[in-house]
Amino acid sequence: MASIDYDSKIPNNVNLSDDRRLQRALEEWQPNFIDWWMEMGPDGFQADDVYLRTAVSVEKDGWAHFGHVKMPDYRWGIFLAPTEGERKVNFGDHMGEDAWQQVPGDYRNALRRIIVTQGDTEPASVEQQRQLGHSAPSLYDLRNLFQVNVEEGRHLWAMVYLLHSYFGRDGREEAEALLARRSGDSDSPRILGAFNEPIADWLSFFCFTTFTDRDGKYQLRALAESGFDPLARTCTFMLTEEAHHMFVGQTGVERILRRTAEATRGGADPKAAGVVPFEMVQRAVNLWYSLSLDLFGGEDSSNAALFFGAGLKGRDLEHKLDEHRALEQRYTLERVVGDRLVKEDVPLRRAMNEVLRDAYVNDCEKVVRSWNRALEEVGSDLRVALPSRRFNRAQGLYAGMHFTPDGEMTSAQAFETNRAAWLPTDEDRAYMRSLQTRAYTKPGEFAPWISPPTRGIDGQPVDFEYVKFCR
Amino acid sequence: MSDYTDVKVSSFESHPDRYRHWRLEVSGDVATLKMDIQERDEGQAEDEGYIRKLNSYDLFVDIELNDALNRLYFERPEVRCLVVTSAKDRVFCAGANIPMLASSPHAFKVNFCKYTNETRLALEDISLTGGPKTLAALNGVASGGGYELALACDEIMLVDDRSSAVSLPEVPLLGVLPGTGGLTRVVDKRKVRRDLADYFSSLAEGVRGKRAVDWRLVDSTHKLSVFPQQVAARARALADAVAPVVEGAGRGVRWAPIAVEVSEAGDRAYPSFAHPQVLLRLSTSRRAATLTLHAPADGGPTTAEGIEALGAAWWPLATFRALEDALLHLRFNHLDVGTLVFETRGDQEALMAVDAQLEAHAGSWFVARARHYIKRVLKRLDVSSMTLLAVVDEGSAFAGTLFELVALADRSFMLDDPKAGARVRLSAMNFGPFPMGNGLTRLACRFLGEPETLAAARGRAGEALSTEDARDLGLVTFTPDDIDWEDEVRLALEERSGFSPDALTGMESNLRFAGPETMETKIFGRLSAWQNWIFQRPNAVGPEGALKAFGSPRRPVFDWDRT
Repeated sequence: MASIDYDSKIPNNVNLSDDRRLQRALEEWQPNFIDWWMEMGPDGFQADDVYLRTAVSVEKDGWAHFGHVKMPDYRWGIFLAPTEGERKVNFGDHMGEDAWQQVPGDYRNALRRIIVTQGDTEPASVEQQRQLGHSAPSLYDLRNLFQVNVEEGRHLWAMVYLLHSYFGRDGREEAEALLARRSGDSDSPRILGAFNEPIADWLSFFCFTTFTDRDGKYQLRALAESGFDPLARTCTFMLTEEAHHMFVGQTGVERILRRTAEATRGGADPKAAGVVPFEMVQRAVNLWYSLSLDLFGGEDSSNAALFFGAGLKGRDLEHKLDEHRALEQRYTLERVVGDRLVKEDVPLRRAMNEVLRDAYVNDCEKVVRSWNRALEEVGSDLRVALPSRRFNRAQGLYAGMHFTPDGEMTSAQAFETNRAAWLPTDEDRAYMRSLQTRAYTKPGEFAPWISPPTRGIDGQPVDFEYVKFCR
Repeated sequence: MSDYTDVKVSSFESHPDRYRHWRLEVSGDVATLKMDIQERDEGQAEDEGYIRKLNSYDLFVDIELNDALNRLYFERPEVRCLVVTSAKDRVFCAGANIPMLASSPHAFKVNFCKYTNETRLALEDISLTGGPKTLAALNGVASGGGYELALACDEIMLVDDRSSAVSLPEVPLLGVLPGTGGLTRVVDKRKVRRDLADYFSSLAEGVRGKRAVDWRLVDSTHKLSVFPQQVAARARALADAVAPVVEGAGRGVRWAPIAVEVSEAGDRAYPSFAHPQVLLRLSTSRRAATLTLHAPADGGPTTAEGIEALGAAWWPLATFRALEDALLHLRFNHLDVGTLVFETRGDQEALMAVDAQLEAHAGSWFVARARHYIKRVLKRLDVSSMTLLAVVDEGSAFAGTLFELVALADRSFMLDDPKAGARVRLSAMNFGPFPMGNGLTRLACRFLGEPETLAAARGRAGEALSTEDARDLGLVTFTPDDIDWEDEVRLALEERSGFSPDALTGMESNLRFAGPETMETKIFGRLSAWQNWIFQRPNAVGPEGALKAFGSPRRPVFDWDRT
């Protein structure tokens, strides 16, 4: 391994060929990553040539380099957004001090936890999605799935880079553990709940990439403000890739909705027409939106206050805000007291998870509006709605209680009675399986339950051979 | 002296020629230390500061006492009995100076009490380790810390003049804990019955005469007219019961002043031989200090005579005196230094050769006493309110006696790099001569639950142990490799400096003393737990608290809720 040409094998802008520490760590970790990818990555397509985007530099033309490549040969690289002169800590108690180029010892454990928690989500989603290729509705979608997968892999690399470079032996052990946990495993599950839910069908995949990857977007935006400069720059660069994942999800759901609206125009039964019933889409939205809301953590959180005060994790677009200490302000939360919701002021710092969740909810509402515009365009009266943020929560103030999708408190019994109306059922899952019995693998061919996209990838036509099978 | 809010102690050394509060007299094999505390400092104005009435002591009195004890131990090995008494009429010692305590900040009170306890424990240790037997001759009232000083002696004689008493008046008069660890000595050492001790501790005027003897508060009482003769006779008897360690006078070694160079920043270099032997560097950031100890060039003289001829310049003694001086300066003058990092440099073979002399000549009075002195300095480190870290890297010399610094550290780091070849070594000195206050060696305490590990370590004594060996034997905490090394050590320091200093002091002192309790561990433990707590409470130090009210016409006002 000693004579590896690191820079060509692992595209990077972190001076890998001169970094002995990182080389040593990666020499051990990289083979394990490949083993993990072969074992837990997309099942059955590792020998095929996929039209993938590879980041080869952080320049304008470098981060989206397209070409057919076998996934195991994908060049997972390490990129930090370029420095912008002398960065400062932009919020919290250290505001105005030079941004940290090394991990500050006082915050080492907190930072490691943040990075590990973020890093754990990246391989988890690959594991959750590994069987989906066998039921891809088109080559276009198959390629998008794999693009998402390899980039989640690259995001894992990005977090592992931070662990290897800045956290010593502990960091290396954590990097190993990122490959050892398994989504949904009863003994060694992924850290966060939403990443242990199986993604067995494409409706779930599109909802996941819409809602759960959008949580990722907001976590990355908060970390992109971090006073720990390497983390901030890493996350800034990851955001450029994450945008595509949300595009895949948002347009995927929209294409399902269009198809359903077209097929049921005039009152046809969707199941008879072989499309996805609208209510099933709404239930999937209810599930994945509520699971993703949980990922933001407790509404009233001492950890959130610590992370903000320490300058580790900021707010969405912190640098555009006017005030960055957040010491005097309060935030109004709705807490359950008895059987009522009561407004309560908490110190703003303690509410930072909720502040980030607010930005996320706004963004999700925009997505839903765009879906509803599409429905309107095709003449449908159906409309998707986001459930209340109190609905179906397992974390935070509303965990263990029962709320309707409208946010009204209800009993456990009433919730169970309505569960089948509100959340995906076994029947839904069985129906999705029945729709997705095979992959549609001829260029330009699409499953009957989804509309083709309006445009292809990278200016290519929709019927481009996005995946070339080599079997 | 008036303003104790930012007290600095310029020196922890003294000399009989400069004593202001004691007189040290040696007559044949009996020495007498007479307490004669000056009420005011030279040049102290009438309305300035506190006055040391009735032989009440402060830190500066105790620094002289400590110096006197060391001098006797090393300069006068022929002394077989030490009489501790007072030069003042009808007053032995009124204890710690209350206006001083009332006006000094908490950290100073804690450090003052720690130091005085170390001095009293040294007094006890001297008698236990072949030094003179100690006799407290109370020619007048001995109260509070004054009685504590008597308790630290082997025997207590009290004058019976129908008024002189021993007393612990702190509870009724001052609202603080009696003595300075004193209650432990009353019940543990003198085995006074607990109900009687309870009554005694609530009597401001104390107990005298026959009752004091019956309750074992003192060993004997004597009429005023015959007191000096009785004391002399008892001192003679005590001296005679001890085998002389040297023949005649003049065999002692000179307790030479410590040479030190202090930089503007407060760094302290202790030059000895050709190179700096001990160097204390204060870091400007992160509230840390680094103490570097240098091994000698060689093992030094190999005969007891040769070692005695070197005296205080002998490497082990000189090094640990410097280490002690550096530590005391850190404690009193650099309260903000929260972490002390130990480094060593030099030839491990030379250190092992020194240890061989320490072991081979344990029968020499001087070598034996040097060993006990080193033991006491190491104990001072054990009770430091600082995080102690040992850093073992290329060129380190943590061998034998100096390995004790690794063993007493809260954490240690050893470089794992075959090219650097970091080594540590154990010697006989790690397995007996330097017990902690709990009576265990540091390694025995470390491996409390793993006697087999202790035995394994012992089996490897003398070997140059690689990082892998040291890690496998549990001798070091972390072994980062050359790539991680700098970061790991830096991060450990940075992380430590971010924690609450109080939580760290509590955590460290709770973890350092696993195993059995001894009188010594009880004294420091209870001092920390109770005295330092009471010293923080408004009932003692609040504006209407008992310490503040003492000596004023006001009565203290208490918050009556028990805690």
